[in-house]
Amino acid sequence: MIRDGMIAFLACLLTVACTPDSPRLVAPNQIDVDSIPLPLADTLADAAHGETLFVSRDGGHCVLCHQVAGLDAEFQGDVGPALTGIGSRLSPGQLRLRVVDYELVQPGVLMPSYYRIHDLYQVSDAHEGKPVLSADDVEDLVAYLSSLKETDA
Amino acid sequence: MIRLSPVLAFAALVAACSPSPTTDTDLPAADVRSGYTFLTAETQAMQDDSFANPGYLWVDRGAALFGSRAGDAPSCASCHGEGLTGAAATYPAIDAATGDLLNLEGRINQCRIRHQNLPALDYESDDLLALTAFVASQSAGVPISVSTDGAAAPHYRNGRDYFFTRRGQFNLSCHQCHDENWGKRLRGDTISQGHGNGFPAYRLEWQALGSLHRRIRDCDAGVRAEPKAFGDPKYIDLELYLSSRANGLEMESPAIRR
Repeated sequence: MIRDGMIAFLACLLTVACTPDSPRLVAPNQIDVDSIPLPLADTLADAAHGETLFVSRDGGHCVLCHQVAGLDAEFQGDVGPALTGIGSRLSPGQLRLRVVDYELVQPGVLMPSYYRIHDLYQVSDAHEGKPVLSADDVEDLVAYLSSLKETDA
Repeated sequence: MIRLSPVLAFAALVAACSPSPTTDTDLPAADVRSGYTFLTAETQAMQDDSFANPGYLWVDRGAALFGSRAGDAPSCASCHGEGLTGAAATYPAIDAATGDLLNLEGRINQCRIRHQNLPALDYESDDLLALTAFVASQSAGVPISVSTDGAAAPHYRNGRDYFFTRRGQFNLSCHQCHDENWGKRLRGDTISQGHGNGFPAYRLEWQALGSLHRRIRDCDAGVRAEPKAFGDPKYIDLELYLSSRANGLEMESPAIRR
């Protein structure tokens, strides 16, 4: 009995600490191998707004870690891979999954999940229960990334 | 079987909550590099020149406080008249009287209460920063040498856990940036190894001297995790892990950092 009580107590602590019951924003049936084929939102995606999100600190701030040749943003980071021409290498569905939650297919990957609220720990009060980006913003970002095509040199 | 169900529930919770697996290798001792080596030559020169380094404003203030007394109580200098060369390089350390792990700020406050009949100074107050910087500056050039065995061992493990646990809305651990990706660039900044050997440090972003806990709070906020309070035991444990990880690295406080 004491042990069960202890386990229940520990489980309570864990529940408080990491809210494991936060819902998954993406259902298993939306995922096809390494892709989320269908858009998360019905609204028309805006690639220009996606570019703004890619650069801005308040948006995705993707340039913190990634580079895109020709993009008007100084000091692009190099923690993540270069994304120049990425729209020729990955489908919109593959890009969507990588922005939404790359850990769905690559557990432990460094890349943060931009549309996820489950299994996170010590999230700040201001951000608790909210994804980094809205579904509309994810779609705008996917539209921008898809527009980055490799050009023949 | 009835007893099993809560066990299973607990196991499921642990599985759901456990940080995603990342590598768990400590920074190799041979790779350890001070944050100084990631500064521009101009900022390094500012740190090296005690007239140009604004951190010495706090050191000077700390020296005055160290020698001053209130009423009949002894000053710091009454007991430590020969200075405290090398002392700061051994902190955080276990306090023999209480068994608690104390960082330098905690030790100074404990001395005030225990020996000087003075109240503890607020964390991040100019007076506590000044005293800490003055004491730390007496260890400048001394290699960090903290103990992680005996009573310190559980604190070391807790601190290491903090370092390796992914946290915040961005779900990043200290380890992922400061062990696995140091030297790479986050926009204009080069990721350092995250050592505390320069703290209290004058940070250009703050335009002020600040504690290591203030710096760690900035990192936690950066990954959108809820920062711990100044002086929180979790941060003191983390400070012990950081110091042990940098054992052998020379103390630089008051350093300049970005």
